[in-house]
Amino acid sequence: MSVTATALAPGRPARATVRWSRRAVGALAFAALIELVSRTGLADREFLPPATEIVARMGTLALDPAFRAHALTSLLAWAVGLGLAAVAAVPLGLLLGSVPVVDAATRSVVEFLRPIPSVALIPLVALVIGTGLQLRISLVVYASLWPILYNTMYGLRGVDPLAKESLRSYGFGPLSVLLRVSLPSSAPFITTGVRLAAGIALILTVSTEIVAGRGEGMGVFIYFAGIAVPARMTDILAGVCWVGLFGVAVNALLVAFERRAFRWHHARLGEQT
Amino acid sequence: MLEIDNLSHVYGAGTPNEHRAIEGLNLSVAEGELLCIVGPSGCGKSTLLRSIAGLISPTGGQVKVEGNLVRQTPDNLAVVFQDYSRSLFPWMSVADNVALPLRRRGMDKKARREAAMEALESVGLSGAERKYPFQLSGGMQQRVAIARALAYRPTLMLMDEPFGSVDAQTREDLEDLVLKVRGHHQMTIVLITHDIDESVYVGDRVVVLSKAPAHVVGDLKVDLPEPRDQITTREHPDFVHLRAEVGRLVRGHAAVV
Repeated sequence: MSVTATALAPGRPARATVRWSRRAVGALAFAALIELVSRTGLADREFLPPATEIVARMGTLALDPAFRAHALTSLLAWAVGLGLAAVAAVPLGLLLGSVPVVDAATRSVVEFLRPIPSVALIPLVALVIGTGLQLRISLVVYASLWPILYNTMYGLRGVDPLAKESLRSYGFGPLSVLLRVSLPSSAPFITTGVRLAAGIALILTVSTEIVAGRGEGMGVFIYFAGIAVPARMTDILAGVCWVGLFGVAVNALLVAFERRAFRWHHARLGEQT
Repeated sequence: MLEIDNLSHVYGAGTPNEHRAIEGLNLSVAEGELLCIVGPSGCGKSTLLRSIAGLISPTGGQVKVEGNLVRQTPDNLAVVFQDYSRSLFPWMSVADNVALPLRRRGMDKKARREAAMEALESVGLSGAERKYPFQLSGGMQQRVAIARALAYRPTLMLMDEPFGSVDAQTREDLEDLVLKVRGHHQMTIVLITHDIDESVYVGDRVVVLSKAPAHVVGDLKVDLPEPRDQITTREHPDFVHLRAEVGRLVRGHAAVV
Protein backbone atom coordinates (compact mmCIF):
# COMPACT_ATOMS: atom_id res chain seq x y z
CA MET A 1 0.00 0.00 0.00
CA SER A 2 2.78 2.41 0.79
CA VAL A 3 4.37 1.54 -2.56
CA THR A 4 1.16 2.64 -4.24
CA ALA A 5 1.16 5.91 -2.37
CA THR A 6 4.76 6.51 -3.35
CA ALA A 7 3.93 5.79 -6.94
CA LEU A 8 1.26 8.49 -6.96
CA ALA A 9 3.29 11.08 -5.15
CA PRO A 10 4.61 13.98 -7.23
CA GLY A 11 8.21 12.99 -6.65
CA ARG A 12 7.73 9.71 -8.44
CA PRO A 13 10.40 9.78 -11.20
CA ALA A 14 13.17 10.63 -8.75
CA ARG A 15 12.08 7.92 -6.33
CA ALA A 16 11.78 5.34 -9.09
CA THR A 17 15.34 6.15 -10.20
CA VAL A 18 16.59 5.75 -6.64
CA ARG A 19 14.76 2.44 -6.31
CA TRP A 20 16.16 1.11 -9.56
CA SER A 21 19.69 2.20 -8.85
CA ARG A 22 19.53 0.51 -5.46
CA ARG A 23 18.42 -2.69 -7.13
CA ALA A 24 21.22 -2.42 -9.68
CA VAL A 25 23.77 -1.96 -6.90
CA GLY A 26 22.43 -5.07 -5.16
CA ALA A 27 22.64 -7.16 -8.31
CA LEU A 28 26.16 -5.93 -9.09
CA ALA A 29 27.33 -6.68 -5.55
CA PHE A 30 25.96 -10.21 -5.85
CA ALA A 31 27.72 -10.70 -9.18
CA ALA A 32 30.95 -9.39 -7.69
CA LEU A 33 30.65 -11.88 -4.84
CA ILE A 34 30.27 -14.79 -7.26
CA GLU A 35 33.21 -13.52 -9.27
CA LEU A 36 35.34 -13.34 -6.15
CA VAL A 37 34.34 -16.75 -4.81
CA SER A 38 35.01 -18.36 -8.18
CA ARG A 39 38.29 -16.56 -9.05
CA THR A 40 39.86 -17.13 -5.64
CA GLY A 41 39.11 -20.82 -5.92
CA LEU A 42 36.88 -20.75 -2.84
CA ALA A 43 34.38 -22.69 -4.93
CA ASP A 44 35.33 -25.13 -7.64
CA ARG A 45 35.25 -23.32 -10.96
CA GLU A 46 33.54 -26.30 -12.52
CA PHE A 47 30.56 -25.73 -10.27
CA LEU A 48 30.60 -21.96 -10.08
CA PRO A 49 32.11 -20.15 -13.04
CA PRO A 50 32.92 -16.44 -12.56
CA ALA A 51 30.02 -14.03 -13.12
CA THR A 52 31.80 -12.35 -16.01
CA GLU A 53 32.03 -15.66 -17.84
CA ILE A 54 28.33 -16.35 -17.31
CA VAL A 55 27.40 -12.90 -18.59
CA ALA A 56 29.72 -13.26 -21.56
CA ARG A 57 28.13 -16.63 -22.36
CA MET A 58 24.68 -15.03 -22.13
CA GLY A 59 25.85 -12.58 -24.80
CA THR A 60 27.15 -15.24 -27.19
CA LEU A 61 24.04 -17.36 -26.64
CA ALA A 62 21.86 -14.41 -27.60
CA LEU A 63 23.60 -14.39 -30.98
CA ASP A 64 23.48 -18.18 -31.41
CA PRO A 65 20.64 -19.25 -33.78
CA ALA A 66 20.26 -22.63 -32.09
CA PHE A 67 19.77 -21.03 -28.67
CA ARG A 68 17.37 -18.48 -30.15
CA ALA A 69 15.27 -21.32 -31.52
CA HIS A 70 15.18 -22.84 -28.01
CA ALA A 71 14.13 -19.51 -26.54
CA LEU A 72 11.46 -18.90 -29.18
CA THR A 73 9.92 -22.33 -28.63
CA SER A 74 9.71 -21.74 -24.88
CA LEU A 75 8.27 -18.29 -25.41
CA LEU A 76 5.63 -19.71 -27.71
CA ALA A 77 4.57 -22.41 -25.25
CA TRP A 78 4.53 -19.86 -22.44
CA ALA A 79 2.52 -17.25 -24.34
CA VAL A 80 0.00 -19.63 -25.88
CA GLY A 81 -0.52 -21.43 -22.56
CA LEU A 82 -0.95 -18.24 -20.58
CA GLY A 83 -3.27 -16.75 -23.21
CA LEU A 84 -5.46 -19.86 -23.32
CA ALA A 85 -5.56 -19.95 -19.52
CA ALA A 86 -6.71 -16.32 -19.35
CA VAL A 87 -9.33 -16.84 -22.06
CA ALA A 88 -10.71 -19.82 -20.14
CA ALA A 89 -10.29 -18.66 -16.55
CA VAL A 90 -11.84 -15.19 -16.77
CA PRO A 91 -15.23 -16.31 -18.14
CA LEU A 92 -15.15 -19.31 -15.81
CA GLY A 93 -14.43 -17.01 -12.87
CA LEU A 94 -17.25 -14.71 -13.89
CA LEU A 95 -19.60 -17.69 -14.05
CA LEU A 96 -18.52 -19.19 -10.72
CA GLY A 97 -18.39 -15.80 -9.06
CA SER A 98 -21.82 -14.67 -10.13
CA VAL A 99 -23.90 -17.85 -10.11
CA PRO A 100 -23.68 -19.34 -6.60
CA VAL A 101 -25.34 -22.61 -7.69
CA VAL A 102 -22.58 -23.37 -10.20
CA ASP A 103 -19.96 -22.41 -7.65
CA ALA A 104 -21.42 -24.76 -5.04
CA ALA A 105 -21.78 -27.61 -7.54
CA THR A 106 -18.18 -27.39 -8.77
CA ARG A 107 -16.52 -26.47 -5.49
CA SER A 108 -15.52 -29.99 -4.41
CA VAL A 109 -13.92 -30.74 -7.79
CA VAL A 110 -12.09 -27.42 -7.80
CA GLU A 111 -10.87 -27.85 -4.24
CA PHE A 112 -9.58 -31.31 -5.12
CA LEU A 113 -7.75 -30.29 -8.29
CA ARG A 114 -6.25 -27.04 -7.11
CA PRO A 115 -3.74 -28.33 -4.50
CA ILE A 116 -2.22 -30.88 -6.92
CA PRO A 117 1.24 -29.54 -7.85
CA SER A 118 1.10 -29.18 -11.62
CA VAL A 119 4.64 -30.50 -11.99
CA ALA A 120 3.46 -33.82 -10.51
CA LEU A 121 1.11 -34.19 -13.46
CA ILE A 122 3.88 -34.02 -16.07
CA PRO A 123 4.50 -37.80 -16.34
CA LEU A 124 0.79 -38.55 -16.45
CA VAL A 125 0.03 -35.99 -19.15
CA ALA A 126 3.16 -36.97 -21.08
CA LEU A 127 1.93 -40.58 -21.22
CA VAL A 128 -1.42 -39.47 -22.57
CA ILE A 129 -0.48 -36.80 -25.10
CA GLY A 130 3.26 -37.23 -25.67
CA THR A 131 6.07 -34.84 -24.95
CA GLY A 132 5.59 -32.29 -27.74
CA LEU A 133 4.50 -28.70 -27.55
CA GLN A 134 1.00 -29.74 -26.55
CA LEU A 135 2.33 -31.24 -23.30
CA ARG A 136 3.93 -27.92 -22.36
CA ILE A 137 0.94 -25.87 -23.38
CA SER A 138 -1.60 -28.03 -21.60
CA LEU A 139 0.37 -28.01 -18.35
CA VAL A 140 0.98 -24.28 -18.57
CA VAL A 141 -2.76 -23.77 -19.10
CA TYR A 142 -3.61 -26.00 -16.17
CA ALA A 143 -1.20 -24.29 -13.77
CA SER A 144 -2.00 -20.74 -14.90
CA LEU A 145 -5.71 -21.29 -14.67
CA TRP A 146 -5.89 -21.21 -10.88
CA PRO A 147 -4.49 -17.79 -10.00
CA ILE A 148 -6.54 -16.14 -12.75
CA LEU A 149 -9.70 -18.01 -11.78
CA TYR A 150 -9.32 -17.27 -8.09
CA ASN A 151 -8.44 -13.63 -8.59
CA THR A 152 -11.42 -13.15 -10.88
CA MET A 153 -13.73 -14.65 -8.27
CA TYR A 154 -12.08 -12.63 -5.53
CA GLY A 155 -12.46 -9.44 -7.55
CA LEU A 156 -16.12 -10.16 -8.18
CA ARG A 157 -16.74 -10.61 -4.48
CA GLY A 158 -15.41 -7.11 -3.88
CA VAL A 159 -17.64 -5.35 -6.40
CA ASP A 160 -19.62 -2.64 -4.67
CA PRO A 161 -23.30 -3.61 -4.51
CA LEU A 162 -24.23 0.05 -4.84
CA ALA A 163 -22.35 0.32 -8.15
CA LYS A 164 -24.34 -2.63 -9.44
CA GLU A 165 -27.57 -1.14 -8.12
CA SER A 166 -26.77 2.15 -9.83
CA LEU A 167 -26.72 0.49 -13.21
CA ARG A 168 -29.72 -1.69 -12.41
CA SER A 169 -31.70 1.40 -11.50
CA TYR A 170 -31.34 2.51 -15.13
CA GLY A 171 -33.00 -0.70 -16.22
CA PHE A 172 -29.90 -2.73 -17.14
CA GLY A 173 -30.21 -6.51 -16.79
CA PRO A 174 -27.93 -8.90 -14.87
CA LEU A 175 -25.67 -9.66 -17.86
CA SER A 176 -25.13 -5.97 -18.58
CA VAL A 177 -24.34 -5.36 -14.92
CA LEU A 178 -21.85 -8.26 -14.98
CA LEU A 179 -20.05 -7.00 -18.08
CA ARG A 180 -20.27 -3.27 -17.48
CA VAL A 181 -19.79 -3.08 -13.71
CA SER A 182 -18.49 -6.32 -12.22
CA LEU A 183 -15.91 -7.07 -14.91
CA PRO A 184 -14.23 -3.63 -15.09
CA SER A 185 -14.42 -3.36 -11.32
CA SER A 186 -12.57 -6.69 -10.96
CA ALA A 187 -10.07 -5.92 -13.73
CA PRO A 188 -7.24 -4.92 -11.36
CA PHE A 189 -7.58 -8.25 -9.51
CA ILE A 190 -7.78 -10.21 -12.74
CA THR A 191 -4.61 -8.53 -14.02
CA THR A 192 -2.80 -9.38 -10.80
CA GLY A 193 -3.93 -12.97 -11.33
CA VAL A 194 -2.50 -12.94 -14.84
CA ARG A 195 0.77 -11.56 -13.49
CA LEU A 196 1.02 -14.36 -10.90
CA ALA A 197 0.10 -16.87 -13.58
CA ALA A 198 2.82 -15.52 -15.90
CA GLY A 199 5.45 -16.55 -13.34
CA ILE A 200 3.90 -19.96 -12.78
CA ALA A 201 3.61 -20.48 -16.53
CA LEU A 202 7.33 -19.88 -16.89
CA ILE A 203 8.08 -22.48 -14.23
CA LEU A 204 5.87 -25.01 -15.95
CA THR A 205 7.28 -24.28 -19.40
CA VAL A 206 10.85 -24.94 -18.31
CA SER A 207 10.01 -27.93 -16.07
CA THR A 208 8.06 -29.75 -18.77
CA GLU A 209 10.90 -29.11 -21.19
CA ILE A 210 13.41 -30.55 -18.76
CA VAL A 211 11.28 -33.63 -18.13
CA ALA A 212 10.56 -34.08 -21.83
CA GLY A 213 14.32 -33.87 -22.46
CA ARG A 214 14.08 -33.52 -26.24
CA GLY A 215 12.99 -31.17 -28.96
CA GLU A 216 13.52 -27.48 -28.44
CA GLY A 217 13.16 -25.16 -25.47
CA MET A 218 15.16 -23.39 -22.81
CA GLY A 219 14.55 -26.33 -20.48
CA VAL A 220 15.90 -28.73 -23.10
CA PHE A 221 18.99 -26.57 -23.52
CA ILE A 222 19.59 -26.49 -19.78
CA TYR A 223 18.95 -30.23 -19.50
CA PHE A 224 21.48 -31.16 -22.15
CA ALA A 225 24.08 -28.80 -20.71
CA GLY A 226 23.54 -30.62 -17.41
CA ILE A 227 23.87 -34.24 -18.64
CA ALA A 228 26.94 -33.52 -20.77
CA VAL A 229 30.20 -35.00 -19.45
CA PRO A 230 31.68 -32.86 -18.09
CA ALA A 231 28.60 -30.73 -17.39
CA ARG A 232 28.64 -27.34 -19.14
CA MET A 233 28.05 -25.27 -16.01
CA THR A 234 28.47 -21.90 -17.73
CA ASP A 235 25.76 -22.86 -20.25
CA ILE A 236 23.43 -24.02 -17.50
CA LEU A 237 23.81 -20.80 -15.55
CA ALA A 238 23.61 -18.56 -18.61
CA GLY A 239 20.41 -20.32 -19.69
CA VAL A 240 18.94 -20.06 -16.22
CA CYS A 241 19.80 -16.35 -16.12
CA TRP A 242 18.04 -15.75 -19.43
CA VAL A 243 14.90 -17.46 -18.12
CA GLY A 244 15.09 -15.40 -14.94
CA LEU A 245 15.59 -12.16 -16.84
CA PHE A 246 12.58 -12.92 -18.96
CA GLY A 247 10.47 -13.54 -15.84
CA VAL A 248 11.61 -10.27 -14.27
CA ALA A 249 10.90 -8.33 -17.47
CA VAL A 250 7.40 -9.74 -17.87
CA ASN A 251 6.59 -9.00 -14.25
CA ALA A 252 7.89 -5.42 -14.51
CA LEU A 253 5.88 -4.81 -17.68
CA LEU A 254 2.69 -6.07 -16.09
CA VAL A 255 3.26 -4.05 -12.93
CA ALA A 256 3.78 -0.92 -15.05
CA PHE A 257 0.60 -1.71 -16.95
CA GLU A 258 -1.35 -2.16 -13.71
CA ARG A 259 -0.14 1.20 -12.38
CA ARG A 260 -1.08 2.98 -15.55
CA ALA A 261 -4.39 1.32 -16.36
CA PHE A 262 -5.78 1.12 -12.84
CA ARG A 263 -4.95 4.52 -11.49
CA TRP A 264 -8.57 4.82 -10.35
CA HIS A 265 -8.18 1.64 -8.32
CA HIS A 266 -5.00 2.78 -6.57
CA ALA A 267 -6.45 6.23 -5.93
CA ARG A 268 -9.37 4.58 -4.21
CA LEU A 269 -7.17 2.36 -2.05
CA GLY A 270 -5.08 5.41 -1.18
CA GLU A 271 -8.16 7.15 0.13
CA GLN A 272 -8.95 4.37 2.52
CA THR A 273 -5.56 4.23 4.18
CA MET B 1 -47.57 9.75 -11.28
CA LEU B 2 -46.62 7.58 -8.33
CA GLU B 3 -49.10 5.53 -6.32
CA ILE B 4 -48.06 3.51 -3.32
CA ASP B 5 -50.76 1.30 -1.96
CA ASN B 6 -50.57 -0.47 1.39
CA LEU B 7 -46.87 -1.18 0.93
CA SER B 8 -45.11 -3.51 3.37
CA HIS B 9 -41.67 -5.00 3.43
CA VAL B 10 -40.26 -7.52 5.86
CA TYR B 11 -36.61 -8.58 5.79
CA GLY B 12 -35.88 -12.16 6.80
CA ALA B 13 -39.50 -13.09 7.47
CA GLY B 14 -39.84 -15.97 9.94
CA THR B 15 -36.22 -15.79 11.10
CA PRO B 16 -35.03 -14.50 14.49
CA ASN B 17 -33.64 -11.45 12.63
CA GLU B 18 -36.98 -10.55 11.14
CA HIS B 19 -37.16 -6.83 10.51
CA ARG B 20 -40.36 -5.10 9.48
CA ALA B 21 -39.12 -2.05 7.57
CA ILE B 22 -42.38 -0.79 6.11
CA GLU B 23 -45.97 -1.56 7.04
CA GLY B 24 -49.16 -0.35 5.42
CA LEU B 25 -47.66 2.68 3.74
CA ASN B 26 -49.91 4.70 1.43
CA LEU B 27 -48.68 7.63 -0.61
CA SER B 28 -49.47 9.30 -3.87
CA VAL B 29 -47.34 11.83 -5.69
CA ALA B 30 -48.69 14.11 -8.43
CA GLU B 31 -46.90 14.76 -11.70
CA GLY B 32 -44.30 17.52 -11.44
CA GLU B 33 -44.32 17.48 -7.65
CA LEU B 34 -41.15 17.67 -5.56
CA LEU B 35 -41.88 15.54 -2.55
CA CYS B 36 -39.54 15.27 0.39
CA ILE B 37 -39.74 12.25 2.64
CA VAL B 38 -38.36 12.67 6.15
CA GLY B 39 -38.16 10.20 8.97
CA PRO B 40 -35.94 9.11 11.83
CA SER B 41 -32.75 7.22 10.94
CA GLY B 42 -33.24 3.58 10.07
CA CYS B 43 -36.96 4.03 9.54
CA GLY B 44 -37.08 2.28 6.19
CA LYS B 45 -36.72 5.28 3.88
CA SER B 46 -34.19 3.53 1.70
CA THR B 47 -36.33 0.39 1.56
CA LEU B 48 -39.18 2.56 0.34
CA LEU B 49 -36.97 4.09 -2.35
CA ARG B 50 -35.71 0.70 -3.48
CA SER B 51 -39.27 -0.58 -3.73
CA ILE B 52 -40.24 2.38 -5.93
CA ALA B 53 -37.18 1.83 -8.12
CA GLY B 54 -37.96 -1.87 -8.50
CA LEU B 55 -34.60 -2.81 -6.97
CA ILE B 56 -36.35 -4.98 -4.38
CA SER B 57 -39.73 -6.68 -4.46
CA PRO B 58 -41.83 -5.57 -1.50
CA THR B 59 -43.39 -8.38 0.50
CA GLY B 60 -46.81 -6.71 0.51
CA GLY B 61 -48.82 -4.07 -1.28
CA GLN B 62 -47.96 -2.45 -4.57
CA VAL B 63 -46.24 0.48 -6.23
CA LYS B 64 -47.43 2.03 -9.48
CA VAL B 65 -45.41 4.45 -11.56
CA GLU B 66 -47.32 6.23 -14.33
CA GLY B 67 -50.12 3.73 -13.83
CA ASN B 68 -47.90 0.67 -14.29
CA LEU B 69 -47.27 -1.80 -11.53
CA VAL B 70 -43.56 -1.82 -10.64
CA ARG B 71 -42.12 -5.31 -11.08
CA GLN B 72 -38.71 -4.30 -12.31
CA THR B 73 -37.08 -0.93 -12.73
CA PRO B 74 -39.50 1.46 -14.47
CA ASP B 75 -38.32 2.89 -17.80
CA ASN B 76 -38.27 6.57 -17.08
CA LEU B 77 -36.79 6.51 -13.64
CA ALA B 78 -33.41 7.62 -12.35
CA VAL B 79 -31.93 7.29 -8.88
CA VAL B 80 -29.33 9.50 -7.20
CA PHE B 81 -27.77 7.71 -4.25
CA GLN B 82 -26.19 9.26 -1.19
CA ASP B 83 -22.83 7.64 -1.70
CA TYR B 84 -21.61 9.19 -4.96
CA SER B 85 -18.14 7.69 -4.62
CA ARG B 86 -19.67 4.23 -4.80
CA SER B 87 -22.45 4.84 -7.29
CA LEU B 88 -20.24 6.45 -9.94
CA PHE B 89 -18.01 4.09 -11.92
CA PRO B 90 -14.41 4.94 -11.00
CA TRP B 91 -12.89 3.38 -14.15
CA MET B 92 -14.86 5.68 -16.43
CA SER B 93 -14.38 9.33 -17.21
CA VAL B 94 -17.03 11.76 -16.05
CA ALA B 95 -18.52 11.99 -19.55
CA ASP B 96 -18.65 8.20 -19.91
CA ASN B 97 -20.34 7.86 -16.53
CA VAL B 98 -23.06 10.27 -17.58
CA ALA B 99 -23.45 8.74 -21.04
CA LEU B 100 -23.60 5.07 -20.02
CA PRO B 101 -27.30 4.83 -19.02
CA LEU B 102 -28.25 6.42 -22.36
CA ARG B 103 -27.45 3.11 -24.03
CA ARG B 104 -30.84 2.06 -22.74
CA ARG B 105 -32.34 4.86 -24.78
CA GLY B 106 -30.98 3.42 -28.02
CA MET B 107 -28.98 6.57 -28.72
CA ASP B 108 -25.87 6.37 -30.89
CA LYS B 109 -22.46 7.31 -29.55
CA LYS B 110 -22.56 10.90 -30.78
CA ALA B 111 -26.02 11.56 -29.38
CA ARG B 112 -25.00 10.06 -26.03
CA ARG B 113 -21.93 12.23 -25.91
CA GLU B 114 -23.91 15.38 -26.71
CA ALA B 115 -26.57 14.61 -24.12
CA ALA B 116 -23.84 13.99 -21.53
CA MET B 117 -22.13 17.30 -22.26
CA GLU B 118 -25.42 19.13 -22.03
CA ALA B 119 -26.26 17.54 -18.71
CA LEU B 120 -22.80 18.30 -17.34
CA GLU B 121 -23.20 21.90 -18.38
CA SER B 122 -26.54 22.15 -16.61
CA VAL B 123 -24.94 21.09 -13.32
CA GLY B 124 -22.04 23.51 -13.81
CA LEU B 125 -19.40 20.92 -14.72
CA SER B 126 -18.43 21.94 -18.25
CA GLY B 127 -14.78 21.16 -18.77
CA ALA B 128 -14.66 18.25 -16.30
CA GLU B 129 -15.82 15.61 -18.80
CA ARG B 130 -12.39 14.05 -19.29
CA LYS B 131 -11.65 13.83 -15.58
CA TYR B 132 -12.17 10.74 -13.49
CA PRO B 133 -14.44 10.75 -10.45
CA PHE B 134 -11.52 10.38 -8.01
CA GLN B 135 -10.06 13.61 -9.34
CA LEU B 136 -13.15 15.58 -8.26
CA SER B 137 -14.36 16.84 -4.88
CA GLY B 138 -17.32 15.16 -3.20
CA GLY B 139 -19.73 17.90 -4.19
CA MET B 140 -18.60 17.73 -7.80
CA GLN B 141 -18.95 13.94 -7.83
CA GLN B 142 -22.53 14.27 -6.65
CA ARG B 143 -23.09 16.80 -9.43
CA VAL B 144 -21.88 14.15 -11.87
CA ALA B 145 -24.37 11.69 -10.40
CA ILE B 146 -27.14 14.28 -10.79
CA ALA B 147 -26.02 15.00 -14.37
CA ARG B 148 -26.17 11.27 -15.07
CA ALA B 149 -29.76 11.20 -13.87
CA LEU B 150 -30.72 14.35 -15.80
CA ALA B 151 -29.17 13.19 -19.08
CA TYR B 152 -31.43 10.14 -18.88
CA ARG B 153 -34.42 12.54 -18.93
CA PRO B 154 -36.43 10.62 -16.36
CA THR B 155 -40.04 11.48 -15.60
CA LEU B 156 -39.40 10.41 -12.01
CA MET B 157 -36.16 11.11 -10.19
CA LEU B 158 -35.52 9.46 -6.83
CA MET B 159 -32.89 10.94 -4.56
CA ASP B 160 -31.73 8.97 -1.52
CA GLU B 161 -30.23 11.43 0.98
CA PRO B 162 -28.34 12.96 -1.92
CA PHE B 163 -26.59 15.62 0.13
CA GLY B 164 -25.85 13.59 3.24
CA SER B 165 -22.14 13.22 2.53
CA VAL B 166 -21.10 16.77 1.62
CA ASP B 167 -20.24 19.84 3.68
CA ALA B 168 -22.85 22.47 4.58
CA GLN B 169 -21.94 25.01 1.92
CA THR B 170 -21.90 22.40 -0.86
CA ARG B 171 -25.15 21.06 0.46
CA GLU B 172 -26.87 24.43 0.01
CA ASP B 173 -25.44 24.74 -3.50
CA LEU B 174 -26.72 21.31 -4.43
CA GLU B 175 -30.17 22.02 -2.96
CA ASP B 176 -30.40 25.09 -5.17
CA LEU B 177 -29.14 23.04 -8.12
CA VAL B 178 -32.02 20.60 -7.68
CA LEU B 179 -34.51 23.48 -7.54
CA LYS B 180 -32.97 24.95 -10.69
CA VAL B 181 -32.89 21.77 -12.79
CA ARG B 182 -36.41 20.76 -11.88
CA GLY B 183 -37.54 24.06 -13.36
CA HIS B 184 -35.82 23.20 -16.64
CA HIS B 185 -36.79 19.54 -16.87
CA GLN B 186 -40.39 18.65 -16.27
CA MET B 187 -40.09 15.84 -13.83
CA THR B 188 -41.37 14.52 -10.56
CA ILE B 189 -38.82 14.30 -7.79
CA VAL B 190 -38.96 12.24 -4.62
CA LEU B 191 -36.15 13.26 -2.28
CA ILE B 192 -35.43 11.32 0.86
CA THR B 193 -33.63 13.11 3.64
CA HIS B 194 -33.22 13.08 7.39
CA ASP B 195 -32.67 16.83 7.41
CA ILE B 196 -35.88 18.58 8.43
CA ASP B 197 -34.79 22.05 7.23
CA GLU B 198 -33.78 20.69 3.90
CA SER B 199 -37.11 18.95 3.38
CA VAL B 200 -39.04 22.19 3.94
CA TYR B 201 -36.62 24.31 1.93
CA VAL B 202 -36.59 22.06 -1.15
CA GLY B 203 -40.03 20.42 -1.11
CA ASP B 204 -43.47 21.35 -2.42
CA ARG B 205 -44.71 18.83 0.05
CA VAL B 206 -43.19 17.01 3.00
CA VAL B 207 -44.22 13.54 4.09
CA VAL B 208 -43.09 12.36 7.52
CA LEU B 209 -42.56 8.67 8.18
CA SER B 210 -42.72 6.91 11.52
CA LYS B 211 -39.99 4.76 13.01
CA ALA B 212 -39.76 1.25 11.51
CA PRO B 213 -42.05 -0.29 10.46
CA ALA B 214 -42.58 2.91 8.49
CA HIS B 215 -45.92 4.43 7.64
CA VAL B 216 -46.97 7.99 6.92
CA VAL B 217 -47.58 10.09 10.04
CA GLY B 218 -47.67 13.53 8.49
CA ASP B 219 -48.28 15.09 5.08
CA LEU B 220 -47.70 18.84 4.80
CA LYS B 221 -48.03 21.19 1.89
CA VAL B 222 -45.18 23.69 1.67
CA ASP B 223 -46.41 27.04 0.40
CA LEU B 224 -43.34 29.20 0.46
CA PRO B 225 -42.69 32.06 -1.95
CA GLU B 226 -40.79 31.14 -5.13
CA PRO B 227 -38.00 31.23 -6.01
CA ARG B 228 -36.59 29.86 -2.81
CA ASP B 229 -33.54 31.51 -1.38
CA GLN B 230 -31.15 30.12 1.21
CA ILE B 231 -31.36 33.25 3.38
CA THR B 232 -34.80 34.79 2.94
CA THR B 233 -36.72 31.52 2.64
CA ARG B 234 -35.18 30.19 5.80
CA GLU B 235 -36.19 33.26 7.80
CA HIS B 236 -39.73 33.32 6.42
CA PRO B 237 -42.29 32.82 9.24
CA ASP B 238 -43.98 30.00 7.29
CA PHE B 239 -40.64 28.20 6.96
CA VAL B 240 -39.99 28.47 10.67
CA HIS B 241 -43.48 27.25 11.44
CA LEU B 242 -43.36 24.34 8.98
CA ARG B 243 -40.00 23.15 10.12
CA ALA B 244 -41.21 23.11 13.73
CA GLU B 245 -44.24 21.16 12.63
CA VAL B 246 -42.18 18.59 10.74
CA GLY B 247 -39.76 18.38 13.65
CA ARG B 248 -42.60 17.64 16.06
CA LEU B 249 -43.92 14.92 13.78
CA VAL B 250 -40.50 13.28 13.41
CA ARG B 251 -39.66 13.45 17.10
CA GLY B 252 -43.15 13.16 18.49
CA HIS B 253 -43.71 9.91 16.86
CA ALA B 254 -40.31 8.60 17.75
CA ALA B 255 -41.09 9.33 21.42
CA VAL B 256 -44.45 7.54 21.40
CA VAL B 257 -43.00 4.29 20.01
